[in-house]
Amino acid sequence: MKKQDLPQDKSALDNFTREVCYVKNEAGNYETDLSTGWEAKKVALDNAWDDINDRIKEAQQNVRSGISSPIAFFMEEKLMDFTVLSGYTGFWKWQIKRHLKPAVFQKLSTKKLEKYATAFELSVSELKNYNGSEAI
Amino acid sequence: MEAKQFNHHQTAHCENGVTVSLLKHHGFDKITEPLAFGIGSGLFYIQIPFMKVNNGPAISFRTMPGAIFKRTCKALGIKVEKKKFNSPEKAALYLEEKVANNIPVGCQVGVFHLNYFPKEYRFHFNAHNLIVYGKNENSYLISDPVMETTTSLTAEELSKVRFAKGALAPKGHVYYPIHVGQISHETLKKAIIKGIKRNCRDMLNIPGSFAGVAGIQHTAKKIRKWRSQLGEKQAALYLGQIIRMQEEIGTGGGGFRFLYAAFLEEAAAILDEKELLEVSEQLTNAGDLWRDSAVLMAGIFKGRLKTQQDFERCADLLDQISAVEKAAFKQLSKIKFK
Repeated sequence: MKKQDLPQDKSALDNFTREVCYVKNEAGNYETDLSTGWEAKKVALDNAWDDINDRIKEAQQNVRSGISSPIAFFMEEKLMDFTVLSGYTGFWKWQIKRHLKPAVFQKLSTKKLEKYATAFELSVSELKNYNGSEAI
Repeated sequence: MEAKQFNHHQTAHCENGVTVSLLKHHGFDKITEPLAFGIGSGLFYIQIPFMKVNNGPAISFRTMPGAIFKRTCKALGIKVEKKKFNSPEKAALYLEEKVANNIPVGCQVGVFHLNYFPKEYRFHFNAHNLIVYGKNENSYLISDPVMETTTSLTAEELSKVRFAKGALAPKGHVYYPIHVGQISHETLKKAIIKGIKRNCRDMLNIPGSFAGVAGIQHTAKKIRKWRSQLGEKQAALYLGQIIRMQEEIGTGGGGFRFLYAAFLEEAAAILDEKELLEVSEQLTNAGDLWRDSAVLMAGIFKGRLKTQQDFERCADLLDQISAVEKAAFKQLSKIKFK
């Protein structure tokens, strides 16, 4: 990539930092230059976030209609997979999968709920009483 | 004794940056990001089978986390200390002691809770690296190599990112060079040659079809099937994942290929070996082709292009890149160094 071709597009890095890229200068040698972002990867990141937001909405809907417990929603909301949530709570993945069922969730002890609440950075009542509404 | 002042260096990639900053701090001024990357045999390609990352294919354009610091220090004869902890309290005490003794240390952290990053970049990615180089009343002073300036984190914030959970959980991992002596020109030359040879092996000779130049072809093959297997939306998301692994902050552009080309350019001067410039040129070409493929893929998920033919064009481009990199590393592997 030539120095003059380095993109300076708007991106999520605005107001945070610019990134170092390796480019060829006029003499044909490598040097570093700073870039504010590149449209091609901005759309990739935007697209990934659209997908995440779709998944969050779907999880919300599932909590509302009683298909899954609030854990399913907060997992998506905090971008967690089973490995991550298992790491933060200490539960096995199969246990978490059980806790996604509303009937099982209802019977969880406060101690167990606390572990989830801490992982999601919520209070126990916020977690317990989440009913699938838009605003948390 | 007056404490030596720590200088922040911004680099493309975090682990290169920690390596460069710490070695410079210890007096080895010749180290640059491309040299650290090349001596550490940083360039790679792999699509890890049966694994998903953020609901997409697990693809990496660089070697495994931690390898660059470890290999570069070893090849230069530098002794390093590294520690992991089960208890956040012990990890904090250890760090406190290093800071009190004015020893800057590298820390592996997760980015999800790293509050000076834009929210859009904060996934549960646990192989980020930064340097803790001091402390004021309220917080630790942080030199994060991908940031333009230094930042800071409170003790609580730092503990949180050092004990992030999930894949590659850092467990408070800290590392730093204990002693960097005089590094001779001969040692540097040997380290560069060793790094090049190991990188040739990684790109050309790993058995199976997932890694190195063969891995790029493997992904190309998959791309040809994605549209019919996954549907347009999911297939586009998968392509997006490739672009992000390839171009996101930390790669220097073109999936680290430009960074490696810059390394070969520096190596050509240090080893007085002109042929390395030819290989550098080929790697630049590969990087440019990766950028072209990103533009093409971006066109697909913006909905401008969405036919099977467009996916075939992406795959063809990856096949071409695989051939270019194969030729480059073959030539590199045949150079007889003096």
